[in-house]
Amino acid sequence: MTLRELKVCLLGDTGVGKSSIVWRFVEDNFDPNINPTIGASFMTKTVQYQNELHKFLIWDTAGQERFRALAPMYYRGSAAAIIVYDITKEDSFQTLKNWVKELRQHGPPNIVVAIAGNKCDLSDAREVSEKDAKDYADSIHAIFVETSAKNAININEVFIEISQRIPVLDAGGGAAGNGFKLRRRPSETRTRTCC
Amino acid sequence: MAVYVHNKGIPWEVQQNGTLAPVDHLRNERSESPTPGLVVGTEPGAGQESAMFVHAQSFEDLTADSEPTTEPEPEGETVLGESAEEEALCLGAEQETQEEQQPEVEVEEERPENRSKEEDVCSEVWRSHRKHVFVLSEAGKPIYTRYGTEEALSSTMGVMMALVSVVEADKNIIRSIHADGYKVVFLRKTPLVLVGVSQTCQSDRELTRELQYIYYQIVSLLTLTQLNHIFQHKQNYDLRRLLAGSEHLTDNLLRLLDRDPGLLLSAVTCLPLASSTRDLVSSSLQAAKAKSLVFSILLAGDRLVTLVRKKDQYLHHMDLHLLFNLVGSSSSFREGEGWTPICLPKFNTAGFFHAHISYLEPASDLCLILVSTDREDFFNLSDCKRRFLERLSRRTAYQSLKEALKCPSYSVTQVGIPELRHFLYKSKSSGLYTSPELPLPYQSLEEQERLMGLYQYLHSRLHQPTRPLRSIYRCGETENLLAWVTSGFELYLCFSPLGTKAMAVAAVNKLLKWIRREEDRLFILSPMTY
Repeated sequence: MTLRELKVCLLGDTGVGKSSIVWRFVEDNFDPNINPTIGASFMTKTVQYQNELHKFLIWDTAGQERFRALAPMYYRGSAAAIIVYDITKEDSFQTLKNWVKELRQHGPPNIVVAIAGNKCDLSDAREVSEKDAKDYADSIHAIFVETSAKNAININEVFIEISQRIPVLDAGGGAAGNGFKLRRRPSETRTRTCC
Repeated sequence: MAVYVHNKGIPWEVQQNGTLAPVDHLRNERSESPTPGLVVGTEPGAGQESAMFVHAQSFEDLTADSEPTTEPEPEGETVLGESAEEEALCLGAEQETQEEQQPEVEVEEERPENRSKEEDVCSEVWRSHRKHVFVLSEAGKPIYTRYGTEEALSSTMGVMMALVSVVEADKNIIRSIHADGYKVVFLRKTPLVLVGVSQTCQSDRELTRELQYIYYQIVSLLTLTQLNHIFQHKQNYDLRRLLAGSEHLTDNLLRLLDRDPGLLLSAVTCLPLASSTRDLVSSSLQAAKAKSLVFSILLAGDRLVTLVRKKDQYLHHMDLHLLFNLVGSSSSFREGEGWTPICLPKFNTAGFFHAHISYLEPASDLCLILVSTDREDFFNLSDCKRRFLERLSRRTAYQSLKEALKCPSYSVTQVGIPELRHFLYKSKSSGLYTSPELPLPYQSLEEQERLMGLYQYLHSRLHQPTRPLRSIYRCGETENLLAWVTSGFELYLCFSPLGTKAMAVAAVNKLLKWIRREEDRLFILSPMTY
């Protein structure tokens, strides 16, 4: 079975639940009192997809404004970006549109975009209708799901859909060559014994 | 009401011996000295090779850069107009609430942090907090308040800025206002203004120093260059946009300032650990180096296990405290590997370092901070961590380290001085301090802060700029305290109230001998570099 490394970054407004989505996916855990992410956090998880193993290298970025300028470091060279908004906050959906624009302009050309409307367990307080979001996602050919990290709804599905959309191995090299330095060192240097 | 205004500040005395490395010829005397520690570099806990920190010798070093003394000498005493009086009234109106204030503080701690933000700023509860801290821009825009919301305080902060401006218009600088048991301390650090309002008995100097910590905390998030740039372009910029999500760092730092003796002493405490184990941990860390790596720091909770630094690069204890605070107040580093820009303002206010922050094991207290100069170097550092962990877990040292984590402190009874309840001992040359766990009477938060308050008082008396003391003995109803400072160390002791002064003085020698015996375990005697 072949192992493919897929770099995925999470983008979106602060407090929409990017880290919670990652924790749910990687650890199957949820912490309601989680602190805001500082800088970015890196985690990996390997899942089987058809006859391949997909190792997701996940960059969970901080949504706060002061880290905004660092985002290109993370989406450059990513195979996929999950842009998260909070269905109970209209503003976070507007921020999402800005992220889509930024990815269009500066992101890798064939990046797979997934839009996740998080906190769908709080539909009483909904401000963004599912239809509007779905229409928008369709217009930019993005994956769309409403998720709940708290109740573990649609979290694995996002990553499965990303696996589906990733071009097959031969065509997949396009995104990796854009001078992206923030990546794993080539394997020959890693096999060196320490000291 | 008196307003103390200075037009010419007296610069704080700067330690002549600013560099930290102990003077060479003194090292030989180390073990021979029977009552050790009267000379810098020979005191118990002094590093053998070279020190880890810059300028860790004294309290003065911390503030020597630019801060003139805030000691109120009413040479330019001025009484301000109406606006100042209003302000003082507003803040000082309710003296009688002071009695209620202690239990109030206790309740505060039990509630989740964000609750204190929802407080009504007109309520008694809000007014009765022991210490308020406000940060505003020079345009008078609120940036941070410890309690309540910034929006609700915009007019109050406007008044604060007005006070600063009115005094500056006469080419003066406002330092503090004393009124009705309150101290209002101002710190102007362009482009920010920091104001502390305190009901504690801390001196203006101590309060100013705490405000400096808050200032540096903000700089560590943004760099001074960026701060200046923002306000040069837009004077009335709302800085809260950039600081959003980091308020809990400032909240936590303020709590540390009330409770952690390390911030008072400008020193760091270590996890007690057999020196052979510590050396092995250090050398494993030393071996896992990378080109861009400047500091490798291993923490166990709020204690230092070891610190390895690049040759010729020193970490300031204040920067280390900011790193402690960053890690200690964010659960977000618990999962995965963190990668964040951080400015270490005492190293360089202009640029960011990039810190790789991760726990060695998911449920462990051991947190590794790798500080690098290259923002693209994450995977290199991640590899350093892996190599360090691999190397460490091949040895028994890792087991001993984990064992040591189970008792991160020690009891004062080990010293064998019956009347001694607690002490703080700082080795000036290494910038490290040691202190036993708090004994029973001081375990409640309230008592802990009271004891800290007493130490703060002794500290401010010892370091009073115009009349510094060598030693001070203070008898109280609940405890007797002795503080002693030499060029080598600072010592603060807390005795039961039944003890006598002669006994306290005798205890000092016994304690110093005990610390000398235990110094291998309590201090980092051989810091390493790559």
